[in-house]
Amino acid sequence: MTDTVLNPPEHTVPSVFTRAPLDWLPWLEPLAVDQMTERHMASLVDAARVKSPYFRLLARDPDALEARTRTDKDIFYNPDAGLPRAERELAAAATSRFNGCLYCASVHARHAATYSKREADVQRLLDAGVTADLGERWNAIVAASVALAATPIAFGPEHVDRLRRAGLDDLAIADVIHAAAFFNWANRLMLSLGEPAATAGP
Amino acid sequence: MSGTDADVIDALVGITPGSPLDAIRARRAEARAHAQATYRALFAPKTPGHVTAHERFAVGGFVAGLHGATAIAACYAERLAEGGASPALKDAVDAAIAEARTNGPYGRYPAGPLSREDTAGLSYRVGAATRRTLGPRLAAAFEHVHLLVFHPRDAAPAALQALLDAGWSTTDIVTLSQIVAFLSFQIRVVTGLRILAGAP
Repeated sequence: MTDTVLNPPEHTVPSVFTRAPLDWLPWLEPLAVDQMTERHMASLVDAARVKSPYFRLLARDPDALEARTRTDKDIFYNPDAGLPRAERELAAAATSRFNGCLYCASVHARHAATYSKREADVQRLLDAGVTADLGERWNAIVAASVALAATPIAFGPEHVDRLRRAGLDDLAIADVIHAAAFFNWANRLMLSLGEPAATAGP
Repeated sequence: MSGTDADVIDALVGITPGSPLDAIRARRAEARAHAQATYRALFAPKTPGHVTAHERFAVGGFVAGLHGATAIAACYAERLAEGGASPALKDAVDAAIAEARTNGPYGRYPAGPLSREDTAGLSYRVGAATRRTLGPRLAAAFEHVHLLVFHPRDAAPAALQALLDAGWSTTDIVTLSQIVAFLSFQIRVVTGLRILAGAP
């Protein structure tokens, strides 16, 4: 069978960055659940992800997917010191805002707002973009994330100095680097293999 | 970057056992191990599928070169040469880098309030001479790689159709996309950690 591009069903294209949950519609055929081997299933890491067309599409290269997911989880969920979870999510949201990934930004802006309880600041990042004034510590994290997302990379010693002045130790700065770097990975997959769609709402 | 067992990020950053960055990476041991596992999955896969080692390393060199990450690009070029690729292919990768380098991210948003943030930029098409050496399949990949590196928000089904037309299967496209996306991570971790360590 010749592979083909999928035509997503009729949907509402989101036109602004939002914290509302979005759907994601694939442009290539995910694996069908009944075609998936044990290896494919294991590559999802979380069995519930079998419901996600995104993860069933990535499961076509199961070793890459599993390693991607385990890298992701440690960068964001490892509770051992370093950068608080809220600010790892802020780096992810800022990177996604700058690269233009509405889907990733929606998920991680929600997480950043949940963990920080600073909904208004997170919403300002989405509405006004990465130059929004969020207070110096968050500004430093956003600026570092944005500099790292530029190609060629614009991150330099001045970003490290600013993060140190904002109170981050070297483990926390390494967490900023990893969280922002990881979303340069995630954004490119989400943006290029499918598209976001507004959900019908509750 | 010789072989696939030594940690590639450690090697590219220059992390030595017992150094401060070694201790920092040890606090995120799963991320360290699985970044390396991703490298193995994409550059030394147990089941290579239909994406050849030459294609993987040529794309790797191209992605790193587009970032201006000269030392990292040299490592992928070295692995490409070790795999028996012709010097002409390495030259074609270098030529493509010279043709395609620009500044990202740019691109368009869905029509609406975000349109004011639309930023124009290069839609790269491989030059005729470079295309002759790369061949149609790798040339199509390089055009897609450029889209992902510099203006991923311009991605559209037509870009994937161009890959299918050039002989990339759906599964091959997933692997190609992971290579570009993973390297976008790896290059930033390496660059960021080198700066954190105060390296010039």
